[in-house]
Amino acid sequence: MEKTSLLTIKGLKIEGRSGDAWHEIVKGVDLTLHKGEVLGLIGESGAGKSTLGLAAMGFARDGCRISGGTIDFDGIDLRTAAETLRRGLRGKRIAYVAQSAAASFNPAHKLIDQYCEAPVVHGVMPRKKAEDDAVELYRRMRLPNPDEIGFRYPHQVSGGQLQRAMTAMAMSCRPDLIIFDEPTTALDVTTQIEVMAAIRDIVRQFGTAAIYITHDLAVVAQMADRIKVLLRGNEVEEADTRTMLAAPRKDYTRSLWAVRSFVRAEHPSATGTPVVSVRNVTAGYGTVDVLKDVSFDIHARRTVAVVGESGSGKSTTARVITGLLPPREGEVLFNGKPLPASFKARSRDELRQCQMIYQMADTALNPKLRLRELIGRPAEMYLGLKGKALESRIRDLLALIELEPDKYIDRLPSELSGGQKQRIGIARALAAEPQLIICDEVTSALDQIVQEGILKLLDRLQTELNLAYMFITHDLATVKSIADEVVVMQHGAVVERGQKAALFADPKEDYTNLLLSSVPEMDPDWLNRLLVARSGLETEG
Amino acid sequence: MTILLSIVVGLALFFMIGFAARAVLQAFAPAHHKPTFRDMPLTASFGLAVILLYIFVAVFAPLIAPYGESEVLGAQFLPWASPHYLGTDKLGRDMLTRLIYGARNTVGIAFATTALAFFVGSFLGIWAALVGGWLDQWLSRFVDALMAIPALIFSLLLLTIFGTSVLTLILVIAAVDATRVYRLARSVAQGIVVMDYIEAARLRGEGIWRLIRREILPNVMAPLVAEFGLRFCFVFLSISALSFLGLGIKPPTADWGSMVRENATLITFGDITPLLPAGAIALLTVAVNFVVDWQLHRASGLKE
Repeated sequence: MEKTSLLTIKGLKIEGRSGDAWHEIVKGVDLTLHKGEVLGLIGESGAGKSTLGLAAMGFARDGCRISGGTIDFDGIDLRTAAETLRRGLRGKRIAYVAQSAAASFNPAHKLIDQYCEAPVVHGVMPRKKAEDDAVELYRRMRLPNPDEIGFRYPHQVSGGQLQRAMTAMAMSCRPDLIIFDEPTTALDVTTQIEVMAAIRDIVRQFGTAAIYITHDLAVVAQMADRIKVLLRGNEVEEADTRTMLAAPRKDYTRSLWAVRSFVRAEHPSATGTPVVSVRNVTAGYGTVDVLKDVSFDIHARRTVAVVGESGSGKSTTARVITGLLPPREGEVLFNGKPLPASFKARSRDELRQCQMIYQMADTALNPKLRLRELIGRPAEMYLGLKGKALESRIRDLLALIELEPDKYIDRLPSELSGGQKQRIGIARALAAEPQLIICDEVTSALDQIVQEGILKLLDRLQTELNLAYMFITHDLATVKSIADEVVVMQHGAVVERGQKAALFADPKEDYTNLLLSSVPEMDPDWLNRLLVARSGLETEG
Repeated sequence: MTILLSIVVGLALFFMIGFAARAVLQAFAPAHHKPTFRDMPLTASFGLAVILLYIFVAVFAPLIAPYGESEVLGAQFLPWASPHYLGTDKLGRDMLTRLIYGARNTVGIAFATTALAFFVGSFLGIWAALVGGWLDQWLSRFVDALMAIPALIFSLLLLTIFGTSVLTLILVIAAVDATRVYRLARSVAQGIVVMDYIEAARLRGEGIWRLIRREILPNVMAPLVAEFGLRFCFVFLSISALSFLGLGIKPPTADWGSMVRENATLITFGDITPLLPAGAIALLTVAVNFVVDWQLHRASGLKE
């Protein structure tokens, strides 16, 4: 079959400005995309994926400039083309779908008005026809109520629906090329599947070429015909999806593939009094119950993973245990003794025993304090360490989280990388010498390789310090690698709980099954099989 | 021609003072602060030099001034000639002497007032944002009520009730200004108290004082510092206005604001003497804002 190339990028260099100096973000990347082909771009954050994606539209973000190479789109050189010409292409022949649909829609206009904007402005079709077209595309994107959904405002539809509406909007002028920038990253696994399937179908139906940017290998395996791996602005390798998954050539690619293989041995099962025991807790905000009759135990040296989609009450459970949200009914026992409901009523020692690590290290560490104080404060406060003893304790803690004390002790959080910040969050929790650490989505904001480092660190610390972890996450791959027990939550109630191995092998509840089967696998046929299996179930039912 | 010449001389002075101050500060700064002063813009070093000069003059006023603060020495409105280099005022007091003492009185009072307003205003503002609920409601509505009364009328009222000593003057203007600072501090702090690190500090069991001082204050410093520069200048105006109405700094104490007013008639005769105290205020205002801008840039921008 003869392939005609749609987009050819040669030796592309993009520079970004920091202060007065320019440094290269993309260092000479070649890219060829044929008509109707889907190319997956993967890499860690800072690899230049998004920058490259935007450059495919001839666009560079503020503070960035395209400094070398050519971008040829269907015979038009986008670098030298006049701005009016480029503007004519954008939205009409090249479209863009951003990661956060919620942030990309204008909250003040109805979905259908925003849909019609591009076709009308570009003179592709009149308003009336564009509206009919919108309904048709909403139907094809399998949105509920396609006739009416367009007349809602962005805040009135869910995140997954919004992402699909965004894709429909990108399709409005039937472009030749769509750039998807992490379209499913912010979604729950079960929603992610719907969006992935919808995107894949519509791209195939219209024969649109696409660049699919993501950091999730399993996702890109389902979506792309070819995969290109990027590392710090350079291409690592490129191959078609099946070849790449079966036989990656470069070490870096293999390390990306291997990340998800970290699984630690299950710790011996629980005996004696649990460190924390949540007993029949019902809690909520205002008059709404967010948690309904939640009970589970956490034993020393064990990791209990609390999983569920957003809004299932995972984080609220953590707030009940820490005392930020006093429960309406039920209680929390600590080593068999009931804890006061509010943290204000708890003694200093009770506060010390239960520490928390947050998802966003950026907002969890005071940006104006140096590491010395960030880590030292709990040690000073709870253990009464001062002067030399405090200094050596801070140094020990830094060494424990694998950061060189001399180099880091006087740094500010802004002078650390994302993974290092999260390590400081861990060190701060350890400084209090707690029995329980609550990890609230601690790895979700991190790259996979960094994630693995954090998980291994947490695992090592657990064994060394006899810690109990409550691990809140929506990422089942993380659960697989680190948990001993799993608590599955939905709509504020515990659906199922049990030992990890047993639960993964033989889920008793439908919801658990749905959740487990929705985790993308590295097999390019996985989505097809799953969709077939699920539609089979539906027709049977 | 003279105008052009004075502009050139002024600019030359500005650069000279700026360069010299930067060199001196860099030479005497402790080792780990040296880069701070090396990267300091000229405007900031000029501002610092001027502020240091004012402080020097204010502290050593009795030693520098050729005569006593309220000494009547001769005829009124003498021209600029030895021994009265800047002439005399309408009572025959030495203008230079009074300018020097004015630095002590006006700047001292303005600084004390602004500092007090900021201490009270930012503490209460952050406290209200941190605790929220009823405390926030009570404090904020009370401050709203105070702000609804025009500042000048309100200070007049308070000064009439409590009498007009320097101490009451400071307290009254500080009280009026603190309401503005409260508003600013509260609104900035409201954005900070919802951060996870504040939650973490609360869960750690930190007290209110520590939360305000170590966790929140460093994060709200930038806008507060900017506001400080601005407020400082407004306080000058308030003091001058009150002095004009006879409720501010009382004669014969030298004060730049009242000096302008007392000698204002001279302007009609083309004499610029009354503008000297006004110029002193203007120069200090500019200097303070240069330094504030520099600090603000450092606080908001990336480190080094």
